[in-house]
Amino acid sequence: MPQLSATPIIRVRGLVSRFGAQVVHDGLDMDVQANEIFGIVGGSGTGKSVLLRTILGLRVPDGGSVELHGKDVQQLAAADRTALVQSYGVTFQNGALISSLTVAQNIQLPLREYFPASEKTLNELAELNLALVGLTPDAGPKYPSQLSGGMIKRAALARALSLEPKLLFLDEPTAGLDPISAAAFDELLLYLHSQLRLTVVMITHDLDTLFRTCSRVGVIVDGRMITDTLDGMLQNQNPWIHEYFHGQRARAAGVPAAGTPAAAKDSRG
Amino acid sequence: MTAPLALEGVGESWRLRLNGDWSLAALARIEVQLKSLPDNLKGTLVCDWSGAKSPGIGPSWALLTRLAELGAQHLDVQHTGDPPHYLEFLQKLKTERHSTMAAPGTAPSLEKSVGKLGRWAVFQGSEVRAVIGFFGRIVTVLAEAFSRPRALRISSLARHINETGITAIPIVCLIAFLISVIVAYLGAQQLGRFGADIFVVDLVTISVLREMGVLLTAIIVAGRSGSAFAAEIGVMQLNEETDALRAMGMNPIELLVVPRVIALTIALPLLTVIADAMGLAGGGLLSLLNLHIPLLQFINRLRESLSPTTFWAGLIKAPVFAVLISMVGTYRGMQVRDSARELGRLTTVAVVQSIFLVILADALFAILFVQIDF
Repeated sequence: MPQLSATPIIRVRGLVSRFGAQVVHDGLDMDVQANEIFGIVGGSGTGKSVLLRTILGLRVPDGGSVELHGKDVQQLAAADRTALVQSYGVTFQNGALISSLTVAQNIQLPLREYFPASEKTLNELAELNLALVGLTPDAGPKYPSQLSGGMIKRAALARALSLEPKLLFLDEPTAGLDPISAAAFDELLLYLHSQLRLTVVMITHDLDTLFRTCSRVGVIVDGRMITDTLDGMLQNQNPWIHEYFHGQRARAAGVPAAGTPAAAKDSRG
Repeated sequence: MTAPLALEGVGESWRLRLNGDWSLAALARIEVQLKSLPDNLKGTLVCDWSGAKSPGIGPSWALLTRLAELGAQHLDVQHTGDPPHYLEFLQKLKTERHSTMAAPGTAPSLEKSVGKLGRWAVFQGSEVRAVIGFFGRIVTVLAEAFSRPRALRISSLARHINETGITAIPIVCLIAFLISVIVAYLGAQQLGRFGADIFVVDLVTISVLREMGVLLTAIIVAGRSGSAFAAEIGVMQLNEETDALRAMGMNPIELLVVPRVIALTIALPLLTVIADAMGLAGGGLLSLLNLHIPLLQFINRLRESLSPTTFWAGLIKAPVFAVLISMVGTYRGMQVRDSARELGRLTTVAVVQSIFLVILADALFAILFVQIDF
């Protein structure tokens, strides 16, 4: 039941990001509607993570505006800011689990901060969140350093889900996972998206993930964003986009070449 | 404010009304109410969600958990009144797994404390072995350097001499100067009472050259560079940089540890000389200003008060302290594993232990020097 509201959940207008003389974003626009899975794609150094950090309010933009739920993230009072932070969940590229806390304590960290409850209930909620992301309860007492890469990604997702956000930001959620784990993560994401009605914004380089999960894709080219559906992207004639969606790896990932039936699905190793 | 839960009915037919705020924010209140539900419910229970506002996943999960506790066998639970869309999903998760988190550890018993003592002893034993092994590996690299001078890494050595020695000069100067001024000032107060002002010079020179100069410098360097060694190498451990070096066939001891040890062994004696000079200058200045002893007289008295070994008795300790500080710092850094907390803990341990070892070594030197009349 996608809500087709007029105001997008995320609205970025004319974003400019500069590092010294280097201009990363030059008038970037981006809209994310409720209940979609939006993929952000771009070459290395095109500022995907910078964009994410700017949307989260971790970085002050050099120009333009970022609105979440219709509110400018840079103009918020402290109380509104807390409310906003509670309304979304974020996973960072390398998990960013607090290394001195166990997985369960990591999940409980935002709960303890904002919604104190008894130890028993907190343990139940940790267990719930572990179950949501497909981890067994015995992962709870482990420390992040004892987890495999795939488990870290899932544990980070569990922490991001702990405040029951409606909006989820994922930075390269399947990077560094083997194809089977990555595929399982895709399915998990789709499952959660349908069960919890999440809006997901995802930076990814994984074409399999992109094609399996995303309803729309934004490509950062020359400091701006080109947004389209996947089908639209396949027809796009921009050289970088064409190369991205029709290159060697794209073919290996089973992206239908323009005008021909889909190539045999093949794992990229 | 309405209570989040209301239980109605008798016998075999119950109705549980959920009212008011059921979001995560109300979790604490909901939890209390859930706990107060009677344990011996039987028959059917109908959960009416129609009054619940913005029900959250967490509270719903808490409700399901409590209901499962109440009567796994005897209670037939139904949900009506527009339950949240994910309720079915949660129910499925609930039935799929029915285990709890690991129970917290039990109270310590005698057996446990004996076991703890044993583990501690074994740990200390292995620690001693590891330290000796670490020292051995450093010596191996040094021995290798005779046949392969490149093993000494001159550029890295220069960098560390700069960082541990040259950049430490201002703070070492300042502290040596101030301490000797304090010693001279307080000494003058006491000695002045029986007209022995001139002995302030003896007090300052002997204390600065034999003890204070080298000890203060070592403690400052332990705080500055010992911690830096542990933190730098520790972060490299966390980033798997040391593993990368090993994988490329390079020896982290040779690349990271030995240059730091040698650099500090060179820098600390030089810093000590500077600290000695600043200490004497401080003493001389205070004698001039406070006791009106002219500088020339100060220098003459200084010559008389010193035996030829006084200066060396201080300086000879510096390389020993340097080896202690740099080895403790780098060893603790190499021990960092897994987490940021470990890094902080081991950096602290490095500083505390190196200061302790420096003072212990100083005490041993004091006894030794008295015994051999140095």
